[in-house]
Amino acid sequence: MSTLLAQVEIRDRTEASCVSDNGFCPDWIVDNLDRYVNPFFQHVLLTVVALAIGFAIAFTLAVIAYRRRWLIGPVTQVTGVLYTVPSIAAFFLLLPITGRGFLTATIALVAYSLLIIFRNVLTGLDNVPGETKDAGRGMGLTPRQLLWRVELPLALPEILAGLRIAATTTVGLATLAFFAGAGGLGERIFDQITFKSNVVVAGGLAVLLAAVLDGLILLFQRAVTPWTRAVGAR
Amino acid sequence: MNISDSAHASGPSARPKAATLEFREATKRYPGQDEPAVNELSLTVPAGEICVLVGPSGCGKTTAMRMVNRMTQITAGDILLDGQSVRERRPAELRRGIGYAIQQVGLFPHLSVADNIGTVPRLLGWDRERIRARVDELLELVSLDAHETRDRFPGQLSGGQRQRVGVARALAVDPPLMLMDEPFGAIDPINRERLQNEFLRLQREIRKTVVFVTHDIDEAIKIGDRIAIMQRGGHLAQYAPPAELLMYPANPFVEDFVGSDRALKRLALQRVRDVDLWKAPLVRVGEPVAEARAKLSDSEVPFPLLVDGDRRPLGWLSERALAGERVTEELRSKPEPLLELDDVLRDALSDLLAEEAQYGPVVDERGAVRGVLSIEILSHALKTDPEHVPSGADAP
Repeated sequence: MSTLLAQVEIRDRTEASCVSDNGFCPDWIVDNLDRYVNPFFQHVLLTVVALAIGFAIAFTLAVIAYRRRWLIGPVTQVTGVLYTVPSIAAFFLLLPITGRGFLTATIALVAYSLLIIFRNVLTGLDNVPGETKDAGRGMGLTPRQLLWRVELPLALPEILAGLRIAATTTVGLATLAFFAGAGGLGERIFDQITFKSNVVVAGGLAVLLAAVLDGLILLFQRAVTPWTRAVGAR
Repeated sequence: MNISDSAHASGPSARPKAATLEFREATKRYPGQDEPAVNELSLTVPAGEICVLVGPSGCGKTTAMRMVNRMTQITAGDILLDGQSVRERRPAELRRGIGYAIQQVGLFPHLSVADNIGTVPRLLGWDRERIRARVDELLELVSLDAHETRDRFPGQLSGGQRQRVGVARALAVDPPLMLMDEPFGAIDPINRERLQNEFLRLQREIRKTVVFVTHDIDEAIKIGDRIAIMQRGGHLAQYAPPAELLMYPANPFVEDFVGSDRALKRLALQRVRDVDLWKAPLVRVGEPVAEARAKLSDSEVPFPLLVDGDRRPLGWLSERALAGERVTEELRSKPEPLLELDDVLRDALSDLLAEEAQYGPVVDERGAVRGVLSIEILSHALKTDPEHVPSGADAP
């Protein structure tokens, strides 16, 4: 009996020393998982909201620039500048205007996703074969019908490829959102950045989130572009 | 699939209709270019006829065709469809009533064959059942198996199948006018010939007004009821039926363009079905020899032709087959070359020469023997064709 107690004590002491050594401690992780639930969902929210807004803006810009080609240069330059500004710098630049919080973080994340999505939507539309467009017009599709029924569906693989890159990047960048006071997994990471267990769990959750988002978009893409796989399967 | 059977499918689309098309000094100028692409083109295509626009590249033939459905805007002059100016119509609405088929086909890769064909019917608000029925009807019309093809994507079809779907799509709402821009240009020669024959067969059923663009004078002669030869600068050099064009080229350009083998090309103007074929001595295995001999003496052909129950040729019989009481299956040679009613005489001649044969059996769409074509018939056809008076043919 006394040996058993002794073993428990040793084990406790091992865990305690693991934590105090900032090591990788599975038991601590299991006991403390709930600390990560809220930051995780905050992270998901940041990512999804930023992606949705970024996609809406970039998609609209690309569709407009597709018809009015002169817009391509300016839009690429502006979104390119936004893409190049380091995100931490962006957070701090925005602080005086929008203050600390969700809005500031979202604006920065949106700005960062624009170039990727814009370029991919435009490339997808430009890659629609000329004869397909010609046939569509010749059959009596209006420009709008051609866009929604032919050009955009055919551009879907490129559009969704852009969205996947943007999603993965945004998940990573959102770990910096806590600098803007918007929480997320980054807050946990930098909270105890020397504690391995903490960094592994928070970082791991971010990686997991990126992978899941990527997979979801990929699944969606496969579902909505059946023709890309049917080719040649005669 | 047999076209002549399926084309008679009942339904609202079975009623043939065609429009008269008139170019009135139609002109297209592109800014910054000295010469117009199409220069005061005037010609009339009667309803139900095929007008082929032919000429070297850069002669404006495609531009002329594209002005009809306003894919290219007319600079001056006008184009009338059944008397109404196309310039008064809204482009999208005008185009829905005109069939449009291009060389690269331009099928929508993301839509099934059925949805491709159903595109314009959907734009016009047809209900699903009607579209579905029409799709199946059209697939049969272009010799595709509806059941097997309708749910495929274009990427899963061969080039010839895609071309057929393209034609079916252009015919979807039974338009009175079809525009076809080198529709068979990207197809290999063997399949091109088949598609041409199928198209002509189809045209005999549907009787559309067709504007057909090609750079191939042989295709023009084969396909066209009338041929418009265009030359650089968008000028119309001559507009005439093929025979007239070959007989009386209007100027040196036309003469040069139709080629020095004009006499031979005249053979391309007639089809096997147009000449009087020899009666074929058709016999079946087991038939009394006396009957077979009677048929043989009744025909110019020296050997009996063995056929199956559906009159499909099996081969030429040897003497030994007629040795006993009943005909036996002793073949001397295969029934080659096998000619079709729709073959033009020039191709038939070529086939005969290639097989070193004096004559060959002619079969119809179902493969049943309809007669025998011989070199003798061909030379006779060239000599006596009233359209082809020797003086014209010998003119320099």
